[in-house]
Amino acid sequence: MASVDIRDVRKSYGAVEVLHGVSVPIKNGEFVVLVGPSGCGKSTLLRMIAGLENITGGTVSIGDRVVNNIHPKERDIAMVFQNYALYPHMTVADNMAFSLKLKGTDKAIIKAQVDKAAGILGLGNLLDRYPRQLSGGQRQRVAMGRAIVRDPQVFLFDEPLSNLDAKLRVAMRAEIKELHQRLKTTTIYVTHDQIEAMTMADKIVVMHDGYIEQIGEPLDLYDHPQNQFVAGFIGSPSMNFINGTLRIEGGQAVLETDSGAKMPLMTAPTASNGRAVVSGVRPEHFTIADDGVDAEVIVVEPTGSETQLVAKMAGHDIVAIFRERYDFQPGQKIKLKPRPDVVHLFDKETGKRI
Amino acid sequence: MTDTMVGRSMTRPEMREPTQWERLKSNRDWLGFWFMMPTAVLLGLFLAYPLFLGVWLSFTDTKIGRAGKFIGLENYDWLSDDKVFWLSVTNTLLYTVVASAAKFAIGLYLALLLNKHMPFKAIVRAIVLIPFIVPTVLSAIAFWWIYDSQFSILSWMLKKMGWISVNINFLGDPWNARWSTIFANVWRGIPFVAITLLAGLQTVSPALYEAATLDGATGWQRFRFITYPILTPIIAVVMTFSVLFTFTDFQLIWAMTRGGPVNATHLMATLSYQRAILGGNMGEGAAIATAMIPFLLAAVMVSWFGLQRRKWQQGVGND
Repeated sequence: MASVDIRDVRKSYGAVEVLHGVSVPIKNGEFVVLVGPSGCGKSTLLRMIAGLENITGGTVSIGDRVVNNIHPKERDIAMVFQNYALYPHMTVADNMAFSLKLKGTDKAIIKAQVDKAAGILGLGNLLDRYPRQLSGGQRQRVAMGRAIVRDPQVFLFDEPLSNLDAKLRVAMRAEIKELHQRLKTTTIYVTHDQIEAMTMADKIVVMHDGYIEQIGEPLDLYDHPQNQFVAGFIGSPSMNFINGTLRIEGGQAVLETDSGAKMPLMTAPTASNGRAVVSGVRPEHFTIADDGVDAEVIVVEPTGSETQLVAKMAGHDIVAIFRERYDFQPGQKIKLKPRPDVVHLFDKETGKRI
Repeated sequence: MTDTMVGRSMTRPEMREPTQWERLKSNRDWLGFWFMMPTAVLLGLFLAYPLFLGVWLSFTDTKIGRAGKFIGLENYDWLSDDKVFWLSVTNTLLYTVVASAAKFAIGLYLALLLNKHMPFKAIVRAIVLIPFIVPTVLSAIAFWWIYDSQFSILSWMLKKMGWISVNINFLGDPWNARWSTIFANVWRGIPFVAITLLAGLQTVSPALYEAATLDGATGWQRFRFITYPILTPIIAVVMTFSVLFTFTDFQLIWAMTRGGPVNATHLMATLSYQRAILGGNMGEGAAIATAMIPFLLAAVMVSWFGLQRRKWQQGVGND
């Protein structure tokens, strides 16, 4: 096990720079998730840590060693690929044993290692099968087995669950998390799915267009997004954004939306009267109240545990979620009030949190 | 509407056993049989029937201008004592084994090279195909000049470089002629092997090489443990065809040496042609041609077993 230090790493393809100096400190044994929309550079960063891509600038260290110019096989890392990359002509056992076999490890030790990994992953009765004879989830487990067998310093996962169906994805998510709790190997996990990031990570790195938007613990990102991008990316359904202007009315901070409606706020930065802002309200932070803002119901989606509502409010389509079972009708006029203590405010120009 | 429905059901004829003909009409196997017939007729008429005629001819003493009569295995008996025939068999085997091995080795090497990222990849790939698109007889004639005893460009170059003082007698000396014809055949056959293997290589997922690299495999180990095993089914197909083409080669030899010098480059195909068409002994020529069948069958059997779906290719993918 080892810590990983990514310092001011840049990547260019020709004249195009896709990573603009990113730094991520990763502690020993940590489970770090790199998350962001496709094209944000998260997979490139992972492949640079693995040594499959050259590092244009900055340093990547594993343990105390700068690995920029160290061959992938000397980096003591294991990677699980999105399409599993299992060797189709080898049995499950041979797939898992391949790296040890190349190292010239003693056969008895290989067998013990493979059996141990198979035991952990519940692959014991599949060792003689070929990859084609396995289901998607089983292949995923073999790919992880191949990584475990080597007992590496760092595990790298490159969108490992995106080829699985929704139900299996949830199951494997828990399995990977449990595996990490058991092995405590430093893990770097790339995904575009913020739910995966939220549920699995010790620490989330949100990336966008080759920059890091925010690094933090899952709930910290959820509760205190540093900018509008993170606020909109983390959380599902995503945060509602309502444009408006800050007003101080009788010592009380109020958001005057562009359509003229007023929402009370808990606190507002001083000297901000008249400042153009974007307010962010999470769907679960609306209440139905007589002093709320006028809204018109568009769609009602009861999920059983919650009532999800799409409504037109202050010129925006907003999503609200209630634990109660409301019987709204499309077209119905209601009054929605954001909980003032959890309204996020962002600068309209920079998108930074106020 | 309900009325009409009722009315129709009232007037529906009673269920009866379908006749034999009706059952046949709706039988998919029967339909499939008829769809197969055009191909079967073509194959029968233009492949099986001539093959049968050829084999039958080998049991007769037919000569050009004279219908023969059945003489049993006499042609074969005669050939078994014929030194030239056995020489042609040896030549054919040497020609096939050496040329096929060389084509495989060089073709695989080229395919691996062309599979890498390099500048002008498309043009280089097109260039590799050139020997394949030049008509065989034309390339044979070109080689004939390259190997010419007086005007050979090879001899000329070697002389200019001061390596030799007299022209090399490429096609006049038995062993020189054998190696020269084999070289020409290899030159001509490489593109087929290289391009087909390249197509096979391109089906191998790059992620497998990345995974193997992380697993600690060197370049050679990646080839030995990943590329080669995954490529074996395609190698089996390519090499079967390559061996068949080489074994039955006629054009190159006939255009360059006509089997000479002193029968040193006679292949079974050229000897058969010489005896049957030029010599007029149709029966004997047919016997030589028929004698090729066991060898060809053996080559096909090898590939048939090689082509059997390997265990790792079985099973249903669910992705």
